[in-house]
Amino acid sequence: MYKIYLDHVSYIYGQGTPFEKKALDDVSLGIRAGCMTGIIGHTGSGKSTMMQLLNGLASPTEGKVLLDDYDINSRPEEVLEACKSLPPYRNLSKSAAKKAIKAEVTRRRRELCFRVGLVMQYPEYQLFEETVFKDIAFGPQNMGLSEEEIKARVLEAAEFTGIESDLLDKSPFDLSGGQKRRVALAGVIAMRPEVLVLDEPAAGLDPRGRDFIFEGISHYQKTTGSTVLIVSHSMEDMARYCDDMVVMANGQVKMHGNCKEVFSKVSDLSSIGLDIPQITQLMALLREKGMDVPQDIYTVDAAVSAVKRFLETGKGGV
Amino acid sequence: MKGVAFGQYYPAVSPMHRIDPRAKVIMAVLYIVCTFLCKNLTGFIALLLSAILLVTLSHIPLKLVLRSLRPILFIIAFTSVINIFMTKGETLLTPESWKIKIYAEGIWNALFMVLRITVLIIGTGIFLTYTTTPIALTDALEYLLSPLKKIKIPVHDFAMMMTIALRFIPTLTEETEKIMNAQKARGADFTTGSLLKRAKALIPILVPLFVSAFNRAFDLASAMECRCYHGGEGRTRLNVLHYRAVDFVAILLVAAFGVGLFFLNRYGFGYTLS
Ligand SMILES: Nc1ncnc2c1ncn2[C@@H]1O[C@H](COP(=O)(O)OP(=O)(O)O)[C@@H](O)[C@H]1O
Ligand SMILES: [Mg+2]
Repeated sequence: MYKIYLDHVSYIYGQGTPFEKKALDDVSLGIRAGCMTGIIGHTGSGKSTMMQLLNGLASPTEGKVLLDDYDINSRPEEVLEACKSLPPYRNLSKSAAKKAIKAEVTRRRRELCFRVGLVMQYPEYQLFEETVFKDIAFGPQNMGLSEEEIKARVLEAAEFTGIESDLLDKSPFDLSGGQKRRVALAGVIAMRPEVLVLDEPAAGLDPRGRDFIFEGISHYQKTTGSTVLIVSHSMEDMARYCDDMVVMANGQVKMHGNCKEVFSKVSDLSSIGLDIPQITQLMALLREKGMDVPQDIYTVDAAVSAVKRFLETGKGGV
Repeated sequence: MKGVAFGQYYPAVSPMHRIDPRAKVIMAVLYIVCTFLCKNLTGFIALLLSAILLVTLSHIPLKLVLRSLRPILFIIAFTSVINIFMTKGETLLTPESWKIKIYAEGIWNALFMVLRITVLIIGTGIFLTYTTTPIALTDALEYLLSPLKKIKIPVHDFAMMMTIALRFIPTLTEETEKIMNAQKARGADFTTGSLLKRAKALIPILVPLFVSAFNRAFDLASAMECRCYHGGEGRTRLNVLHYRAVDFVAILLVAAFGVGLFFLNRYGFGYTLS
């Protein structure tokens, strides 16, 4: 059972103009529910475009995007068909029904945004409120929640993302880059989306900032059991946090599977111009030198214990 | 709208694209004069043919050119109606007894006016907006207006401001789109509700947009200062515009066309504009 399924999706920017650009080319992809899926690929491979299709901000030029088997881009006519027989619409005049259905389409689109939370690339620019608290509350407010509920959600989101309580009353414009990023992330997490989509959430942050962000996301995913899609350029972070991986190139999905499967295809990866994690490369070098360490090691922690095990069993010298 | 240059610039490889932007500005001015030189049917036929020639020489799809006329359709219709009903002439077309009087001269006037406006729009479009990037256009204007520096008009500074503004229009458009998307993703609703509610809904867009525009302005100013920018005094250019022989020939051709039109006025047939 897939949480999200892309069914032969293509996306073309500026169709019919001299600047036409096919950003996604017949992509079919299923995302497992309750998993953390990493998406990797070079700049321009269509990752951001794909992310924006998932919450209906953009609709595919061709193909369908299914969320829990429901086509998120059902056209107004289809919604109309579905709504016509319902009691509230049956008794309305034609124009009134049309208006009501337009409102219904808008409502569905917004509801979709609440279900699929999208954190765009460099999300700091979305901050606008006087205080951090108010900014994080913007999403929940749009959901029409009660005051207490909003407060609870803001505090919860702040905790997930590691925002200290004394920051909540500050202006978001006075924060550091990493803090701003966390506030923007909290603003989406506060909507408690079932699917959290993050477009390069750690881009341009220092290592500590990156860890903070990834830990927060991982914590959110584990606590709520939601489905997380995360675009990143770092193989190390992917190996550490993700269950599945999708490799993209030229608007197409080149590989999809769990991290082990993907990392084992070293030559395929390098033909796309991507690397396996550095620690895996190091392990390969050690093996070449005659150290008997396992091949499938993708995180530093695993490497440390493997090397320890090797040294303790004392098999051979280097 | 990434990649789409602001305005109507249409990238193509054509003789018209290659002509020096300064020459094109001069040609556009001359061409405007041409459209006003025409006084009779012969002249207007020549004018129309010249417009068709320009479109061919610039490799712009005819559909695109005609589409640019759509915004002025109303003006065209309006002037024709005014001309048809308001012109007093000698040849009355409607019966004597009618209150509304339409003269043949009115019809001719309207026809010529429509032709003139159409060719004017197409011609300036081909010379200026379709085949010249806005930046090249400002550059050309700076060159052409530089004699005004003698009387202490800061031509360079105006041109620089213009260039920067033009450069940032697509950037800001893109940014607005990005911010709107980010706020929509948080459930912002810009389309429903009362006017006041909708105006309020713009705050989450305008605040980040202004913040980033100011940041950009400060960054750009620092970057310019770091490169010792201090206005136009003694400044040289990376891309110096060079006239080539073909540019002069092109200007001369348009000028010659104007002279030709002037003489064509003598050999007109049918109605002649006063
Ligand atoms: N708004 C846009 N207008 C036109 N082309 C775009 C736009 N956004 C992205 N593209 C193009 O689509 C392709 C995919 O872009 P994107 O999805 O941003 O890639 P990624 O996120 O993997 O770097 C790129 O070639 C890019 O130039
Ligand atoms: Mg991207």
